[in-house]
Amino acid sequence: MNKSTGFDWVSILLFLLLVIFGWVNIYSASLNESAQSFFDLSQIYGRQGLFIGLSVLLIIFILSVEAKFYERFSSVIYLISLLSLLGLFVFGKTISGATSWYAFGGFSIQPSEFAKAATALALAKYLSDIQTNIKSFKHQCGAFLIIMLPALVIIPQPDPGSALVYAAFFFPLYREGLSGGYLLVGLSLVLLFVFTLIFGAIWVSVAVVILALLLLFFNRKNKRKHLWRYIIISLTSILFAFSVNYIFHNVFEQRHRDRFNIVLGKEVDTKGIGYNTNQSEIAIGSGGWTGKGWTQGTQTKGNFVPEQHTDYIFSTVGEEWGFAGSAMVILLFIALTTRLIFIAERQKSQFSRVYGYSVAGILFIHFLVNIGMVIGVFPTVGIPLPFFSYGGSGLWGFTILLFIFIKLDSNRKAAYQ
Amino acid sequence: MRRILPFLLIILTGFVFIGRLFYLQILDDSSAILSQNNAIKIEYDYPQRGYIFDRNGDLLVANQPSYDVMAIPREVEPFDTLELSTLLNITPENIGKRLDKAKIYSPRLPSVIVPQLTKEEYAYFQEKLRKYEGFYIQKRSSRDYQIDYAANVLGYISEANTAEIKNNTYYQAGDLIGRQGVEKQYEDILRGKKGVKYIQKDRFNREIGAYKDGIYDSLPVKGKDITLTLDAKLQAYGERLMKNKRGGIVAIEPKTGELLSLISAPGYDPDLLVGRKRSKNFNKLWYDTIAKPLYDRSLQAMYPPGSPFKTMTALIALQENVINTQERIECHHGFSYGRASSMKCHGHPSPLSMSPAIAYSCNAYFGKVYRRIIEKYDTPQAGMNAWHDHLASFGLGDFLGNDLPVGQPGRIPDAEYYNKWYPENRWQATYTLSNGIGQGEIATTPIQLANMTATIANRGWYYTPHILKEIEGNTLKNKKFTTKNITTIDPENFDPIIEGMHGVYEYGTAQFLQIPGVEICGKTGTAENYSKINGKRVQLTDHSIFVAFAPKDDPKIAIAVFVENGYWGARYGGRIASLMIEKYLKEEISRTDLESWVLSHSLEDEYAKPYTGEPFKINQ
Repeated sequence: MNKSTGFDWVSILLFLLLVIFGWVNIYSASLNESAQSFFDLSQIYGRQGLFIGLSVLLIIFILSVEAKFYERFSSVIYLISLLSLLGLFVFGKTISGATSWYAFGGFSIQPSEFAKAATALALAKYLSDIQTNIKSFKHQCGAFLIIMLPALVIIPQPDPGSALVYAAFFFPLYREGLSGGYLLVGLSLVLLFVFTLIFGAIWVSVAVVILALLLLFFNRKNKRKHLWRYIIISLTSILFAFSVNYIFHNVFEQRHRDRFNIVLGKEVDTKGIGYNTNQSEIAIGSGGWTGKGWTQGTQTKGNFVPEQHTDYIFSTVGEEWGFAGSAMVILLFIALTTRLIFIAERQKSQFSRVYGYSVAGILFIHFLVNIGMVIGVFPTVGIPLPFFSYGGSGLWGFTILLFIFIKLDSNRKAAYQ
Repeated sequence: MRRILPFLLIILTGFVFIGRLFYLQILDDSSAILSQNNAIKIEYDYPQRGYIFDRNGDLLVANQPSYDVMAIPREVEPFDTLELSTLLNITPENIGKRLDKAKIYSPRLPSVIVPQLTKEEYAYFQEKLRKYEGFYIQKRSSRDYQIDYAANVLGYISEANTAEIKNNTYYQAGDLIGRQGVEKQYEDILRGKKGVKYIQKDRFNREIGAYKDGIYDSLPVKGKDITLTLDAKLQAYGERLMKNKRGGIVAIEPKTGELLSLISAPGYDPDLLVGRKRSKNFNKLWYDTIAKPLYDRSLQAMYPPGSPFKTMTALIALQENVINTQERIECHHGFSYGRASSMKCHGHPSPLSMSPAIAYSCNAYFGKVYRRIIEKYDTPQAGMNAWHDHLASFGLGDFLGNDLPVGQPGRIPDAEYYNKWYPENRWQATYTLSNGIGQGEIATTPIQLANMTATIANRGWYYTPHILKEIEGNTLKNKKFTTKNITTIDPENFDPIIEGMHGVYEYGTAQFLQIPGVEICGKTGTAENYSKINGKRVQLTDHSIFVAFAPKDDPKIAIAVFVENGYWGARYGGRIASLMIEKYLKEEISRTDLESWVLSHSLEDEYAKPYTGEPFKINQ
């Protein structure tokens, strides 16, 4: 064991803080009159306590497995995980509309929560292969295939939120040299999409033309040479804006339109689809500087916010711990993700680095989408807040994801000896 | 770059999120209010309203419990409309209508469905209340009147309307608020403070206990008792004398400015506006547009003051030095001041000096003196303004600033007023001569005239008249009512006028109205008046006006009486003033024949005349 450099205690500490603070808030959100003790298994907070206890065993197991195991068996793990997702179409159990669960007696497991770690391992393995060159189109396609396969299986469950998480793999791909153009195109499309919804296709087209002319004017060199590029990009953008218009109004279902319209502020609806977001904003807004105190939140106590112990757990933090508490949670997540990227950068093996970036990316996307939704800057997409939201599969999935990386990191010197 | 970008992205997200939280939690406080709204139910405990006493400590207004049937529309379940309508004694359609109205106001806030059940009605309804989901009983206190008069002074209470609820956060739907009189004026003192209970609710609207164990809850605080300056016995007597007549009486204690009585006839029983009968009775009073019982004539009616105003002309003339007390002026049954213009007068000795001119109420004397005042100055404008300023120092021509919610400024014209009437300001003293005898453009309210009389009695000063004497036994400290207002007339100029007013009783126009053993001063008035009947200007029988104070050297009461269409001054006004003063000073009426004359005479026939549609005679 002298090869090991020890575990990264900063990450482990951040992990513990998030899990314990999450549990404290789940306790408050699910508290009712029949409350007995923290470990009452008939209660939500009691079960979360059990999940946390079991995840400690999981951590010990993950850390005691040989680090090489994860690299060597990554393909196998990926395949098993893919099969478990496909199996859902046959054996799956439907909970709140999504067939994403396997039921074992009184106990359910959501394989998509574990598929993220498996995909991260597979991608790391593929990119670290000596023959893979991310600059080549063929290998780019290979990498995309690895990422898209589980996502494509998850979407029709239907669970588009969990599928969205796979966008996180842009992080490692970009780090490993994928052209920034992909990112730029992706970002431009998102912006065009949003602006088209807000201002309409015609105004966006006008803006695109003006922007193109301005750029052309200031870019004095090679005017003629690039002229065609400007024209093509502008026309494509305009075409995209109009197709967004068409898709939004003719292909999307009303519930999808509603979700976007509410976040874009085009529609105020506090009773129907906007109810969740509105109630969650009310709960957070009522927190003030320091909040109403633990288990004292009136919105939390009154159960006004739906799904408060799972996807909307952050609204409890906002109400009961105020600006101080909720800003602290945000800082904890930023600390953890940046720490992971920092650790990833110090890896000597490419496999570990890619995996590390994947972990940071997945955690970040969850953090971005979940909190963005709860504080009303992102459309309603149902994905949990890592380590915080109630749920065994979620907690274990994130625990496995994180601790495999911590194990890899502890082994970073041994990798090249 | 590739290493930095992920860091930047993460940190940028952090900034955006923390900024958004800062906005939601610190800057935007609308959520905090909403949060209070949907998770916490507020229950009120209504305090007793303060009692109202008169100056002698007699209880005028107390309280009785009343019960409002309230409903929260979104909690109302389908119910037996017919049974409820029988229980509450209203039609089923009415219940539906009121529930719809409540829903429009707010589906989640309580609204009053049936206000102010009596104890008996409440007892029946309470038995069945559990059958009506969403309905509940709100206990309040309503008024219990100990007297059947003085409604114009006391005012009444009724539900606050939507505008009041919107403008004042204290009031909720169904809360009672003072209307008219002292109930309105001293609402803040009388109403007390509502007790409040915050109850935590869950999203199914179930109550799950006191919010924060009740640390924000409070008990109701009873409203403060107030004592009025009113003398209830005098008020009652005055209203009795004014039966079957219309007009106003105002009596003031000159030394303090305290209002001893404030009578408007016709009046009504304040108990008519209590409980469920209120709206029916209110409509009846409101739509009586001929007798106008809700119109407080003592404060709001502007009448030409007539001859009592001659005292003002005399005072101003002495102050302006345009005449002395000795100069005698001839009267030939009138005063000719132009080629064909004259001011008529009635028979009396002639020529007269100032005091007898007041006693005999000589028109010629005061017409001439008025002209001298205006013409003393280079222009009639300057003269008119000097005249106006003297009168203003008596509180005439503007709201007196008393503590009653209604009033009228009266009208004392100044130069500007006439400049508007006559092109290029071409007018002279003679154009406005009737001002000198209290006719013309001058108008005053009874309270202004009473205050003028009190000021003469005090020989040149007055306290602003007021109705509130004490709050919970503490005397009034409001500077407005404890600061002397001093007139522009020197004190020694009052004596000849007071002599003249004394002469009114001794040998003048009110000889037969002396009170045995009381040195009384007064002045009769008879004012021509016109009314619009069916769009035509018609002259009606003169108003009978009288002002008086007594005793002469230590005035305890000053009074002004207006009786609409009562003909000459001494006929009704003089009699009533004399009886009122005797009642106040002696408590016993010695002249029972005089009293029964007033009680047995009615002016209802006179008031009916213009509405018969036939030609009629006046001043009979």
